[in-house]
Amino acid sequence: MSSETDSTTKTDLTDASESSRQPSFEQVSRTKDVAFRWLTLAAALVGIVALAALLLNVLVDALAIFDPANGPWVDWQFLTNPPSFSNPYDAGFFPAIVGSIALMILIALITFPLGVGAAIYLEEYASDGPLTRFIQLNIANLAGVPSVVYGLLGLGLFVGLLNIGFGTLLVAGFTVSLLILPIVIISAQEAIRSVPDSQRQASYGMGATKWQTIRNVVLPRAMPGILTGTILALGRAIGETAPLIMIGAPTAVFGVPNSLFSKISAMPMQIYTWADLPETEFQYGVVAAGVVTLLVILLSINSIAIVIRNRYQTQE
Amino acid sequence: MSTDAPDLTNDGARSFRGIAFKTFFAVCAFLSILTTLAIIGTLLYDAVDFFAAVPPLEFLTGTEWTPSNEVYGVWPLISGTLIITFGSAAIALPIGLLTAIYLSEYATERRRAYLKPALEVLAGVPTVVYGYFALVYVTPVLDRILPLGTFNALSASIMVGIMIIPMVSSISEDAMSSVPDSLRQASYGLGATKFTVSTSVVVPAALSGILSSYILALSRAIGETMIVAIAAGMTPRMIDLTDPGGMFLESVQTMTAAMVQIGASDVVGQSTEYKSLFAVGLTLFVITFAMNLFSEWVSSRYREVYR
Amino acid sequence: MTQRTTTQTPTDRTDDRPTNEQATDAEPATDRSGSVADPVIESRDLDVYYGDDQALQNISFEIPEQQVTALIGPSGCGKSTFLRSINRMNDLIDVARVEGDLFFRGKNVYDDDVDPVALRRKIGMVFQKPNPFPKSIYDNVAYGLRVQGEDDGDLDEQVHTALERAALLDEVEGQLDTSGLELSGGQQQRLCIARAIAPDPEVILMDEPASALDPVATSKIEDLVEELAEEYTVVIVTHNMQQAARISDKTAVFLTGGRLVEFDDTDKIFENPEHDRVEDYITGKFG
Repeated sequence: MSSETDSTTKTDLTDASESSRQPSFEQVSRTKDVAFRWLTLAAALVGIVALAALLLNVLVDALAIFDPANGPWVDWQFLTNPPSFSNPYDAGFFPAIVGSIALMILIALITFPLGVGAAIYLEEYASDGPLTRFIQLNIANLAGVPSVVYGLLGLGLFVGLLNIGFGTLLVAGFTVSLLILPIVIISAQEAIRSVPDSQRQASYGMGATKWQTIRNVVLPRAMPGILTGTILALGRAIGETAPLIMIGAPTAVFGVPNSLFSKISAMPMQIYTWADLPETEFQYGVVAAGVVTLLVILLSINSIAIVIRNRYQTQE
Repeated sequence: MSTDAPDLTNDGARSFRGIAFKTFFAVCAFLSILTTLAIIGTLLYDAVDFFAAVPPLEFLTGTEWTPSNEVYGVWPLISGTLIITFGSAAIALPIGLLTAIYLSEYATERRRAYLKPALEVLAGVPTVVYGYFALVYVTPVLDRILPLGTFNALSASIMVGIMIIPMVSSISEDAMSSVPDSLRQASYGLGATKFTVSTSVVVPAALSGILSSYILALSRAIGETMIVAIAAGMTPRMIDLTDPGGMFLESVQTMTAAMVQIGASDVVGQSTEYKSLFAVGLTLFVITFAMNLFSEWVSSRYREVYR
Repeated sequence: MTQRTTTQTPTDRTDDRPTNEQATDAEPATDRSGSVADPVIESRDLDVYYGDDQALQNISFEIPEQQVTALIGPSGCGKSTFLRSINRMNDLIDVARVEGDLFFRGKNVYDDDVDPVALRRKIGMVFQKPNPFPKSIYDNVAYGLRVQGEDDGDLDEQVHTALERAALLDEVEGQLDTSGLELSGGQQQRLCIARAIAPDPEVILMDEPASALDPVATSKIEDLVEELAEEYTVVIVTHNMQQAARISDKTAVFLTGGRLVEFDDTDKIFENPEHDRVEDYITGKFG
């Protein structure tokens, strides 16, 4: 903006010469320019403002700020009770929280080695041939496959063909892992690519093997980026609902999982089944509390990623 | 000249380790191809059974979807998907483009540092949360001015639209940022204002990137599941060509919502209804996969222009 | 890995010591004195291609033991490419292709049974820009010993010795735990030299090691190079002719097109070169 408006001062300067054939430097109309600037700014903000308003609403409902008679919906009892579908004041989120965390740990254990391994292969080993490009394109495409389709993959492959069992922790873990694997691979590739080549050269020049170079030089340097990307992907995983529905995750789980073959609930799954209930206490109370809990946990996960990234950046 | 020739041969253990690691990494990378094959395989496996019971032509041209009566015409579901996609596109495409222009051409470095992560949050909110917002906050508000049903396409479209804004804005902004500054300078040198530079130079030069972001966002809207399953309801219906706007006020059922409905019900593994899940899934997969490939193709074309 | 063809047949290879005459006969562009008494490295008809571009043409000469050999020439003449073909760093470039022979102590390093990793453990390298790892000074120097599996002895002592030989010990003693990145540019480069000599290689390749440094740091590196030649064979690429004149015993002049034009004692090259083009280059009329 600033660079545009000072053309008026330039006009003043030329006025000083009182020649008869003075060129005209009249102000060019900026109306369209200014209007467009505000329009684009409004566009940039509209989604953010809308989301902020919705978040404020759900927070107000979950804390029951305008209806304090029964206390906030998110309380210790909500966090530690099993779910209920008849008594909203007794309903709890505990099995769903534990289920989500167990699921996330399993997904992390599956996707981290596989995702980083694939990224190492693509960045450090694979030559730039048609096969590599095909794998790369395939990964990009997998990242765009709807999550409900991954649910069908889980249903057909892990439940149907391999018979691991409807709605178990293991099936859910495998299914959602396949879903976020492309995201983990792509972010790990970016992190590995950002390691300067001079570091690899130095290592090879010392007579290090490829694996020694990767382990001692490339991975340590890329690790903050890899971790950030993986944690963000786990954040995505924890919010996934459709695949869990498709693999037959039960609508009500009252206990915590005690093996990989336990049927599990998860936070988004529990929210979905509660949202179906017509009572106001559920719609604007229990579900709001579930949403706020899910978002707070999601926020903490993402904050960890941001902390890792920032600490790394200040070190550089 | 008396020195002995040095031993420069490979020691076996070292090369074995190297090969073992390389093999493991290669397997990880090839797993992605395996995943694609497994998706296609599982979808086809049950879809083939389905098409043995329901002729493909009937499925692809039928205008009624009532699994309880064994009537499987996919068009009502495609209609529902089109409605939601159209509605969300009407929101996300213009807003996303304008946002990208703001970020790339107008915003200061500082503002961009705040706005970009904030926009990314829009894509990071779980879709089940958006669906819930649409159902309990957006619909009641809109209901005051429009004759809305409890479940309707309008609030679902709005939420899907908001969710895919960052997809449009971030890819489009990347495309705009890679437009060489010399083009902008040339336009300023001719006395253009920033508005003219943005709309007549930057946007056209970044067009294929913008187009690619549009296709990706639409593909995302087509595959979006939870928002529509929660907020748009489960009523399969054809587009009423005499009153397309009216469609938004009512409940519709998308392909994804139909899958959730069948998936959440207790259908038995060998029933036609269960198999229809995979037929619809295959349709959805083919559509989104084709769009993703198309988007990739469009964006690879523009990358070559500026090399 | 890099594709490569060898013009030699296996039988040729067993008789691996080519005579001086062989090396020079076919080479009108190469100076006759391209052979030395006691060569550590011997290049014979070496061609290097990057895809379709030929980076080196028919390079034949011999690099003597425990001396400093400088490779000079205008940029793009292939001097760095030659340096990197000695320890097969060019293998890391997908499109690079090598033809001809390069002998290290009589062994053709491009033979099929040569593992470039083993080769690089005998031939260390220092790069144009200082590239210490983001690790402690100690770990930087110990890196080579560790990857080469030679860290079973007294690692502390080896690290100290290497730092001392690289003339860095006095400046960093007592702070070996600090990051190598916290050193100044010149110190970083000496750290990289310490890192290269710690595993005790036979040859040290230096690719314009002082070009990114200020004059004071440069002179320290130059002093160091001369000292290193008492124990190691040093091959150094430089674009700075005064530097080559100051520190090297032998000089090879590469000119555009990837050809070696003249190789001789450094004094001879700088005082009385055979070729007019070399004289033009040395005196700054060309290049």
